[in-house]
Amino acid sequence: MDPLEALLAQIQGLSSTSSDINRLHTILKQADDSLRSESTRLSPILTQLDPSIHSLGFLYILEASMPAPVTKTQAETVVPIVTRFIGACSTEQIRLAPDKFLSVCRKLKDQVMLLEAPIRGVAPLFTALRKLQVSVEHLTPLHSDFLLLCLLAKCYKTGLSLLDDDVFEVDQPRDLFLYCYYGGMICIGQKRFQKALDLLHNVVTAPMSTINAIAVEAYKKYILVSLIRHGQFSTSLPKYSSSAAQRNLKNFCQPYVELANSYGTGKIAELEAYVKTNAEKFESDNNLGLVKQVVSSMYKRNIQRLTQTYLTLSLQDIATTVQLNSPKEAEMHVLQMIQDGEIYATINQKDGMVRFLEDPEQYKTCEMIEHIDSSIQRIMALSRKLTAMDEQISCDQLYLSKAGRERQRYDFDDFDVPQKFNI
Amino acid sequence: MDADDETSGPMIDEIYANGGGGDDGEKRSRRAIMSGDQLDIEAYAALYSGRTKIMRLLFIADKMSNAPTQLEALRMAYDEIKKGENTQLFREVVQKIDGRLGPNYGMDAAWCDAVDRRAEQKKEKLENELNAYRTNLIKESIRMGYNDFGDFYYAHGQLGEAFKNYVRTRDYCTTSKHIIHMCMSAILVSIEMGQFPHVTSYVSKAEQAPEALDAITVAKLRCAAGLANLEAKKYKLAARKFLETGPELGLHYNEVIAQQDVATYGGLCALATFDRAELKAMVYFPLSTCLSRLPLENIFILISFLPFPSHYASCLEYLGNLKANLLLDIHLHDHVETLYDQIRHKALIQYTHPFVSVDLNMMANAFKTTVAGLEKELEALITDNQIQLIVGGTCCTLQARIDSHNKILYARHADQRNATFQRVLETGREFDRDVRSMLLRSNLIKHDFNLRALRKL
Repeated sequence: MDPLEALLAQIQGLSSTSSDINRLHTILKQADDSLRSESTRLSPILTQLDPSIHSLGFLYILEASMPAPVTKTQAETVVPIVTRFIGACSTEQIRLAPDKFLSVCRKLKDQVMLLEAPIRGVAPLFTALRKLQVSVEHLTPLHSDFLLLCLLAKCYKTGLSLLDDDVFEVDQPRDLFLYCYYGGMICIGQKRFQKALDLLHNVVTAPMSTINAIAVEAYKKYILVSLIRHGQFSTSLPKYSSSAAQRNLKNFCQPYVELANSYGTGKIAELEAYVKTNAEKFESDNNLGLVKQVVSSMYKRNIQRLTQTYLTLSLQDIATTVQLNSPKEAEMHVLQMIQDGEIYATINQKDGMVRFLEDPEQYKTCEMIEHIDSSIQRIMALSRKLTAMDEQISCDQLYLSKAGRERQRYDFDDFDVPQKFNI
Repeated sequence: MDADDETSGPMIDEIYANGGGGDDGEKRSRRAIMSGDQLDIEAYAALYSGRTKIMRLLFIADKMSNAPTQLEALRMAYDEIKKGENTQLFREVVQKIDGRLGPNYGMDAAWCDAVDRRAEQKKEKLENELNAYRTNLIKESIRMGYNDFGDFYYAHGQLGEAFKNYVRTRDYCTTSKHIIHMCMSAILVSIEMGQFPHVTSYVSKAEQAPEALDAITVAKLRCAAGLANLEAKKYKLAARKFLETGPELGLHYNEVIAQQDVATYGGLCALATFDRAELKAMVYFPLSTCLSRLPLENIFILISFLPFPSHYASCLEYLGNLKANLLLDIHLHDHVETLYDQIRHKALIQYTHPFVSVDLNMMANAFKTTVAGLEKELEALITDNQIQLIVGGTCCTLQARIDSHNKILYARHADQRNATFQRVLETGREFDRDVRSMLLRSNLIKHDFNLRALRKL
């Protein structure tokens, strides 16, 4: 009998109970190589299998039938099959073979990009993500692929919804870097600069023994976003960042560091001149748009400083102090800032005066109380998590063995504790 | 209240009567040297003696652009140097004079050589004596020997050597008098060298001497400490030290500083750094300070001006007149600008302090500036305030906002409640962020460590 037919029968037969599925799994693993050799004949078999019931078998066959380089027409036929599969498959079965699932999804991503329709991959990858995740805090390699597709397809909002989950469990550091980097870019696109800053900060300060290109790119964007958000940038990384990062990152991002220095002087003309001279460098890193935002943020910062000193100020004076060209421009800037909620002011067009108001937030409303309350709850949950983690590590074998080796050998109280834990 | 009325009342009347207090110095029997008019070099130099006289004259000569006065200063410096034994300075002065004063004030090579030869002989003699004393191990003689050496080097302008020798006497000092003598010499040389950290350390050493010090020495030490603080830009401390110097100082310390200098420095620093309460306590009431016994009522007048709002302009004008002469002072010249700025800022802030809103027009009149200029100054003060608050500055803080349309300055009181809420929320956010990234990083490290451990196993 054709081995494939036999396999098909087994898949169909053994896909009901969990013990059966385990048996099936072992059979499939053994049959893996033979499947690969017959990849061309596999597509019709797929039609006979139901993805929701025979997920594991479907997965194996699907994976074997998708050789790496693929033409556009092939991609065209395969993508709907994969999409349907992802939508319909059962979570427990695919969790038995996560790497196969991953490679299927990766190939989907490649094909979708080949077809230049990244948006077709967004929804399937999202479902795939959720199915593969062990818990909401778990980072899968699919996260970064998903975010990449979102970026290419410009579906920022979907990406943002994923970023709202906190991530703690990581399999591969590389996944984390890509995830945070793409996540930072999505947040920048949505103008959520604080969140972007946090994500990029995670990349830059993550433990790494050598620098990687992702960290360098992330550092460049980190400088720019920190200028936009905080108006200042300090070149010293916090103590907990890796020594490799502390020593080397600056050297790769020289133009950006100089941009930050020139921003710090507060002279807009200088900043603009510097940007013009280095425009190609920024352009080649695809950061020119961000750099332009940095320049406009300088105007904003200067206007904000004025709110601290003046109660009312004429538009003409604003224009001269902030080095804008005309009162009309000043009015437009101020108007934009009022709309964005960055300052509180009223413009009196008859007199050409702007009146700066105090922040009307009185911290007396119910919403504010709820906000504070939820923050408190959140932080309490975080501290509980911290304590749990601490306990977990203290009981960890590896930790105890290392700590045991470094203990004092002459502790009279602890005679019974062994010096070394043998695993 | 009575005390300052008494002292300030008649003086203010005098000022009003004499129209400004600038050009009437001659009428008084005790002349004020530091007045608004041209510096009288002879009288100025008469206040000092020793090396500092020469240095001050040279400094004035350098700073003066007015040729006759410059030559006058150089001539007096030449005469003074000829009385001493410092050939290095002699050569310098001759170069500066450049033959402009005639043949009498040219390079007297014969004198130079004679002095140098004498110096060599003396040095040899001192060395021999010192070696003799050292072999004999008589502490007192060794100490005297080093002292003589120090004096010798000081007279010849080799200040570094002088200092070293004075310090060497330390090991041979037996009584506290010796210690004090050593400290005073060291202080003198350090001031001449411009090394004020040494001054501070030796002043504290002298003050710790076990025996009680006599009033003159105490006064001298306070002056020295004040000078050190002035150079270190610690104006408040300097003011305190100068004001604590008693009038016993008299002419005793004129190899370093004149009594009226103490008053000038002290007064200026006090004006720049003390607030009203401190000014009252330290300047008006203690009648035993240098100020009250001095021929320098104008400083006193200055200070009495400050509490009265209508007199700010005249006070600042008067200070402006004094400035030219103050720039010629060897210790004060680089601090004049800073002190003046501080005084002006303090005046501005004090003016606005009691009010909730201030009309900028009236304020500009009181300070005799334009409204626009005043606005710029106030803006700078308010913006600086942000920085000062972070750094922890003291007097120059202006919490206000300017209504540019109506030209009014409004005092602004920080809303503590809102500020607290904001800080709380911000702290919560930061904690949240930091802990989350920490957990993430620790996971990464654990993963890495696990990998490595697995590989080892």
